[in-house]
Amino acid sequence: MAKHNIPEVKANWDITPGIWGMSIDMDVCTGCQACVAACAMENNITFVGETDSGYGRAMHWIRIEHTWEGEYPDVAATSFQPVLCQQCGNAPCEPVCPVFASVHSQSEDLNLQVYNRCVGTRYCANNCPYQVRVFNFRDYDRPEPLPNQLNPDVTVRRRGIMEKCTFCIQRIHKGQDLAESEGRDVRDGEVVPACAQACPADAIVFGRLDDPESRVSIMAKNGRGVKLLEDLDTLPRVTYLQEEKTHGRTG
Amino acid sequence: MAVLANSAPHAQPHSHPTEQDHEAHLREEHLMLDPRPRGEMNAMVMESMQTTSWKFWVVTAILVVVVAVCLVYYWGLMISVGLGIAGVNRPIYWGIFLVNTVFWIGISHAGTFVSALLRVFKAEFRRPFTRAAELMTTFGLVQAGLSIFMHMGRVWLAYWLFPYPNERGLWPNFHSPLSWDFLAINTYLLSSTMYLFLPLIPDLAMARDRSTGWRKVLYRVLALGFRGTEGEWTHLRFAMNLFAFAILPVMFSVHTIVSWDFAAAMRPGWSSTIFGPYFVIGALQSGLSAVAMVLIVVRGTMKNMKYFIRPEHLDALGKLMLIISMAWAYFFFNDYMVQWYNGDKWTDILLRFHEEGPLGWMWYAMLFFNIVVPWLVLWNKNFRRNPTILFIVGFLVNVAMWFERYIIIPTSLSINRFPFTYQFYKPNVEIPLSIGTVALFVLLYMLASRIIPLVPVWEVQEGQMAHSLRKYGKETVVTVRDLD
Repeated sequence: MAKHNIPEVKANWDITPGIWGMSIDMDVCTGCQACVAACAMENNITFVGETDSGYGRAMHWIRIEHTWEGEYPDVAATSFQPVLCQQCGNAPCEPVCPVFASVHSQSEDLNLQVYNRCVGTRYCANNCPYQVRVFNFRDYDRPEPLPNQLNPDVTVRRRGIMEKCTFCIQRIHKGQDLAESEGRDVRDGEVVPACAQACPADAIVFGRLDDPESRVSIMAKNGRGVKLLEDLDTLPRVTYLQEEKTHGRTG
Repeated sequence: MAVLANSAPHAQPHSHPTEQDHEAHLREEHLMLDPRPRGEMNAMVMESMQTTSWKFWVVTAILVVVVAVCLVYYWGLMISVGLGIAGVNRPIYWGIFLVNTVFWIGISHAGTFVSALLRVFKAEFRRPFTRAAELMTTFGLVQAGLSIFMHMGRVWLAYWLFPYPNERGLWPNFHSPLSWDFLAINTYLLSSTMYLFLPLIPDLAMARDRSTGWRKVLYRVLALGFRGTEGEWTHLRFAMNLFAFAILPVMFSVHTIVSWDFAAAMRPGWSSTIFGPYFVIGALQSGLSAVAMVLIVVRGTMKNMKYFIRPEHLDALGKLMLIISMAWAYFFFNDYMVQWYNGDKWTDILLRFHEEGPLGWMWYAMLFFNIVVPWLVLWNKNFRRNPTILFIVGFLVNVAMWFERYIIIPTSLSINRFPFTYQFYKPNVEIPLSIGTVALFVLLYMLASRIIPLVPVWEVQEGQMAHSLRKYGKETVVTVRDLD
């Protein structure tokens, strides 16, 4: 039997910068939701309909958060903030799954959700401080011609299981395979997840975090960069660049 | 001497009838001092099992219909179309199913508490109702298990939580509190069933010797050939003693581990170090009230039970309920105080949401039914001894404890660190399924009361043999012999 490469206790988990990461510049994000739509297309996300969506069952792996308070014209609004799985290096969703459906990939340093293994206890979703995991509450309809645009590289999920952003791992693997066949490393910008590809403002940048020269690493070192809920020590792999006007403001 | 001799003739006519009254009162009051021959008690218990009025079957039929519709139909529907017909959403991924799980495990706690702890501490009032309480444990755990399975997204794969050998070489994840929980509940179910069964063996043998037909066959199998020889009793006593001590840590650990499902998670309001003992006390709070309710129903509806279950037992349970209510209030305050004091922003929002949110009434009702009602009512001996009043208090405490779990699970899940995702929880199919579990519990209990002797006759008799009224001079004194 293969030797299991599962860390025994949390303290043993390496604190590394991560392999794949993302930087999101909220200064240029227009909140257009193109990333949400592209993600749904790429990853075969079902459409839950108006009623379920309004009840909090929308299955988007990425959402644009935007809140405001006050009456027009005195409206104080936050920046548009795309929130997706932070691919934590120290993920709270992983240890709580009783069947190892939520596991850490050693090779990509990502949080994986093994759909076939998930039994739907939804503990991972409760323990995710970012609320980015979504659950298949039903087998939602996929009327014709929608099945024609299903992505063959991504599993179609059924009811009763959790799912979440994968950083488009199918594209990562494609890029790695191509690079390997050509006997080179993956070039910066070669692997682009659907959300980054669709972003018209180029607010979402994806790449290698372990390469200090990559665009994503340079952006992450920007003075405006923050991590979401960094005090929880989840080691998120996504860096948010705050808007200039809110620079220095927290919360 | 002269004075004494002179005074005696005067005192004698007055004191004698009152002493007899006192003795008669003691016998009427205490089951242990009111012995009846073993044969008579056996006959009474057999009669209580075999006497079934038409009302019983009407209630059974109604319960069967309720279970078939609310539990079987709706659960089947939910399995076939998914959890969409339940009220869970994001971020309230856990709803009433887990509220019911925690609630029923809580109910099941008191059975073991009453039976094992009181047995270990030799509390004599436990004797007639240990069996009734242990049955509650087993049937409560059945409801808890069902509720967990209802909660799962793909329940048909629930066996993956078992550490069973498989071709993939996969284990369950022992880091997960849910795995601990699963193992703890299974351990508890197995051990409490064995603990129910061991003291039952002599009663099954008794029933075997006094029944005919299918009952005889059933009891002959279940009694394992028990004949009541000295050697059998020695072994049985040893085993029961062993189990009574061994099951206590299991009982405490189970609800502690249930609390870890919440306490180990990094959520505001959940990650609390006091949750373990707080949950154990909460379990006893609802469980003891449930024992009282069950006893009152058994006493009121089954034949001959008024002899075995007397106001003294309700009185003793009422006192226990009062003490546990105080302990619960202490732990609630402790949990609340520490969470409030730490000043975390999200915890602060959550605590405000508990009190001022749309379900604030539930929070206040929990405190009122859990603290104010028992404290005001159970001080009074007459209230404690009154079955109706004790039943109402027990019911209110159980409602309050259900509210408590509701506040901890769906209400607390409304609040997380991303205000953008805040939602409310609207129960849907959870309501018939909850009714279904209650109905199944009552149904199982009613059916069991037909085939399982609800009063451990040998245990009552053992107590009655140990207790006696003796006269020391003119005083009638209760004496208890040590049995072991």
